[in-house]
Amino acid sequence: MSARRVLVIAGLTLREMARRRVLWVLLGLVVVSVILVGWGTERLVTLARADRVGEAEIRIGVSQVLILIAFMFSYVLAMSAAFLAAPAIASDVETGTVHAMLARPLRRAELLVGRWLGLSIVIGAYAALSGLLAIAVVALVSGHVPPHPFMAVGYLTSEAVAVLTVALTLGTRLPAMAAGAISVVVFGVGWFVGVLGNVAVAFNALTLHQATEAFRLLLPTDGLWRGVIYGLEPPIVLLMSVGRTAEANPFFAPDPPPVAFTAWSVVWVLLVLVAGIGLFRRREL
Amino acid sequence: MTTPAIETSGLRKAYGRTVALDSLDIRVGAGGGTVLGAPLGDLDTRRRIGYLPELFRYQAWLSAREVLALHASLAGLDRAGRRAEIDRVLALVGLADRAGDRTGGFSKGMQQRLGLATALLGDPALVILDEPTSALDPVGRDDVRVIIREAQSRGSAVLLNSHLLGEVERLCDRVAIVNKGRVVAAGSLTDLLGETAVRLQVDDLPPDGTLDAFGPVERDGEGWLIVRGVPGDRVPELVAAVVGAGGRIHAVDPGRRSLEDLFLDLVREPKA
Repeated sequence: MSARRVLVIAGLTLREMARRRVLWVLLGLVVVSVILVGWGTERLVTLARADRVGEAEIRIGVSQVLILIAFMFSYVLAMSAAFLAAPAIASDVETGTVHAMLARPLRRAELLVGRWLGLSIVIGAYAALSGLLAIAVVALVSGHVPPHPFMAVGYLTSEAVAVLTVALTLGTRLPAMAAGAISVVVFGVGWFVGVLGNVAVAFNALTLHQATEAFRLLLPTDGLWRGVIYGLEPPIVLLMSVGRTAEANPFFAPDPPPVAFTAWSVVWVLLVLVAGIGLFRRREL
Repeated sequence: MTTPAIETSGLRKAYGRTVALDSLDIRVGAGGGTVLGAPLGDLDTRRRIGYLPELFRYQAWLSAREVLALHASLAGLDRAGRRAEIDRVLALVGLADRAGDRTGGFSKGMQQRLGLATALLGDPALVILDEPTSALDPVGRDDVRVIIREAQSRGSAVLLNSHLLGEVERLCDRVAIVNKGRVVAAGSLTDLLGETAVRLQVDDLPPDGTLDAFGPVERDGEGWLIVRGVPGDRVPELVAAVVGAGGRIHAVDPGRRSLEDLFLDLVREPKA
C-alpha cells in the first residue's frame, strides 16, 4: 500500500466533491440548519422567559432540544454519508472509470482506502462544522453550553464515518442505490435495537438486554450515538434521572461509552474496510 | 528474434461459466527489443504499459489535461517532465486546444482520442489498445492509424485487439486470430495470407517466357494469367514487362487473400 497513491485518490475524491458541487451544497445546508437552530432556540427561550420559567428549567429544556436536534442531524449525516459513499466505487465500476485507473500501478486496496479517506474528510468536516456551529449558536441565544461539546461532535462524526464505511464496502459489490439504501436501513435498525435495549433495561428483560448488547457490538453506530447524548447532557439531568424508568428514555445516556467500546468501534470500521478490500479484489471487472 | 513483450502460455480466463480465453498462447514482439520481464500484476511492470479499454469513461468533471495529469501521477511519471509529456500527447491526438475542457462534454470520438493520449502517456514499452477505432468515422480511424504508427516508431510494442480486420491488416506486423478462446492462426501477415499472386487479363502476349523471371506462370479456366510469388513492390515492374513484350493489359489484380477471408475460413463452422 503506497501512501502517495492513497493520497492521490483521496485528493481526487475531494476534487470530485468540489466539482460536483457537493461541498457547496453541504456548506449551504450547514448555514441553513444553524440559522434554523438558532432561531428556534431563541424563540423557545424568549417565550419561556416571558412565562417566567426558571433559568435552570430553561437550560434543561434547551439541552433536551439540542439532543433532539443532534438526533435528527445524525440521520441527515448518516444519509449523506451513505449516499456519498455508496457510488464511490460502484459507479466508477459501472461507468468504466476504474478500468483505465486500475491498469496503472494502482492497487484496488489503494483506490478503496483513498476513496474512504477523501469521503471521511468531507463527512467529518461537515459533521464537525455543523455540530460545533449549532452548539455555539445555541450557547449564544440560550446560555446553555453542553458539558462535553467536542466529545459529542467526535462521536457524531465517528457514527457518520461508520455508516460511510458500510456504504463504501457494500458499493464494491452492489449497485450504488442498493448499497446506499441498505446502509441507511442498517443505521436505522441499529438505533431501533438500541431503543429496544433501553426498554429491556426498564422492564428488566435480561435476555433481550443481552441480545441488544451483543447487537451493539456487531453494529456500533447506536453505541456511538450514546456518546453524543452523554456529551450534550448537563449534569443536572444525570442527577434527576435515576432509576430504571429513566433508562427507558432513548435520549438519555447515564454513562459515556466505555473506552473499550470506543476502541472496538475504531477496529470495527477498519474491519469493515478490510472486508471491502477483500470483496473488491475478488470482483470481476 | 527480439524478446517478446507479451508471452502467454496456456492463458485461461473464465467469467462464471463463460470461457473467454481457453489456453491462449501468443507472443507479441517488442519494438526496440524492450523487455518487461514480469507478469502484468506486477506494479512496476504496469508503470511501463499504456492501456486503452474498450468501454471506458474518464471522470466527467475533470478536464482532458487533468485526466492526463492524474494518470501521469498514478504512473509515477517524472515530475519535471510531466507537463511537457502531457502537452506532447495532447498535440499527438489533436486535443491541444480542448485540453482545458471537461471530458463530460466530449464526443465519443474525442473521448477515444483522450483514451489514446492516456495510453501513450510516457512512451510505454507496451501499448494495449482494445478496439481503438470502434465508433469512429473514417477520418477519425485514419487519425488513429497515424497515432498508432507514431507510437510504433517511438519504440512501443502495440497490441491491437480489433474486429475491424482491415485496420489490423493495415497496422499489424503479426496477427493472432482467436476463436472460442483459442488461437486458431498466428504469424506474420505474409505467413498467414500466403504469397501474393498477381492475376492479369492480357491479349497478344508472346509465349516467350518473358514473365518466368517473376515466378511460376499459369492460366486459369477463365482466361486469367496468374503469376505466383510476386512481392507487392514488383507489380509495376511486372506490368511494364508485359507491356514491353507487346501485351495489351485489360485488368490487373494484385490481390492476395484478405485477412477477412482467412478469418471467415477459420472461424466459420463447416456446414454439415
